Amino acid sequence: MADHRSKLATIVRQHEPQILSEWIDLLAKAGGRGAVERAEVEAHARSFVRLLADAMQADDSGGIDGPEWTKVRDMLTTLSSSRARQGSSPTETATFILSFKQPLFTHLQDEYRADAEGLARELWTATLLLDKLGLLTTEIFLKSRDAVIMRQQREMLELSTPVVALWEGILAVPLIGTLDSERTQVVMESLLQRIVDTGASIAIIDITGVPTVDTLVAQHLLKTVGAARLMGAECIISGIRPQIAQTIVHLGVDLGNVATKATLADALVLALGRVGAAVTRTVPRA
Amino acid sequence: MLDGKPPAERIPILKLGEFLLVTIQVEMHDRLVMTLQDELTHQIVRHRARGVLIDISALEIVDSFIGRALGNIANMSRILDAETVVVGMRPAVAITLVELGLNLDGVRTALNAEKGMALIRRSLGPAGGLDAGGS
Repeated sequence: MADHRSKLATIVRQHEPQILSEWIDLLAKAGGRGAVERAEVEAHARSFVRLLADAMQADDSGGIDGPEWTKVRDMLTTLSSSRARQGSSPTETATFILSFKQPLFTHLQDEYRADAEGLARELWTATLLLDKLGLLTTEIFLKSRDAVIMRQQREMLELSTPVVALWEGILAVPLIGTLDSERTQVVMESLLQRIVDTGASIAIIDITGVPTVDTLVAQHLLKTVGAARLMGAECIISGIRPQIAQTIVHLGVDLGNVATKATLADALVLALGRVGAAVTRTVPRA
Repeated sequence: MLDGKPPAERIPILKLGEFLLVTIQVEMHDRLVMTLQDELTHQIVRHRARGVLIDISALEIVDSFIGRALGNIANMSRILDAETVVVGMRPAVAITLVELGLNLDGVRTALNAEKGMALIRRSLGPAGGLDAGGS
């Protein structure tokens, strides 16, 4: 057994230039898109073949989990995650590895022309190895995609919850995006902290950017309003679009005695009135 | 806890004119809150207080019992015809109470003692304010 496996590495070493050039031609034909540069693909292919041969020489157990395969795994990890960031599909990334089979098998056939049994054994070993490597790239690809999604989610959470001071004693929270319980928590905490910091007595929660309001979202809104009230600040909900008003009533959501306004401008006027300020025109309307 | 240090286990109720000032400076526990409820209602009647200000700015931890009790105390003082304001609630406490479903509806709130006092004076009207200034 050990005999024919070590031969696989030898064959790859012996025919490296031909295998490599055939493989690169194949990759060039398969990958018509410009996502990954040809030169980059060539460099990747070259280092992959070299590392693969080294690893096969060192460890012929058929697995890819051993320490001898660390370099191959590292190389594929880098390749896969960089491709994920560049926007390649997992198929494209896995195809990079799997397409190596064709040139390799051609050379195996030449080598084992007389020995059918030996050829079958070698093919099986090579298939197993390359399949495992292909799966590895897909797995890494998905992992790096997940990491990107997680990062974006975190950024969205931070980005979408600013608390702005509109006037002395008046704060505004423009909500953008769906209001889930996690967002509500962030909004509540930042709003309450700003109430403490600024001594604001009125907070305007603007839901123009909230796509839908269902019972859960309404409950979250009321929680925020309730918490602000406990801190001595009154809340006004503004930016209620006609559809939202219809949904709220159809769902039977009770907004209680919270003041609501259609636009942020109306809410500001109401808030100014409550704090005893007024805005007047200095130039008559044309 | 029952006989440990009874003298320390009280929350001071200060009389300021026709207002009563309650500042909670220690962590609340169940017995303490019940004592406060009892004493405050008696004091309101004895002094004929017209306004009660409860400062909870030092309160860091609340549970459902203390939250409910605070609401009850505020409602009891209101029934005894004293304008009651709870002031200085910390953000974390406010969030906890809301998450517990205790919105303390009917309890008036203010950010700090100054604003709370202004709120009481405003709601008592000019007469209340004058009386308070006179005494």
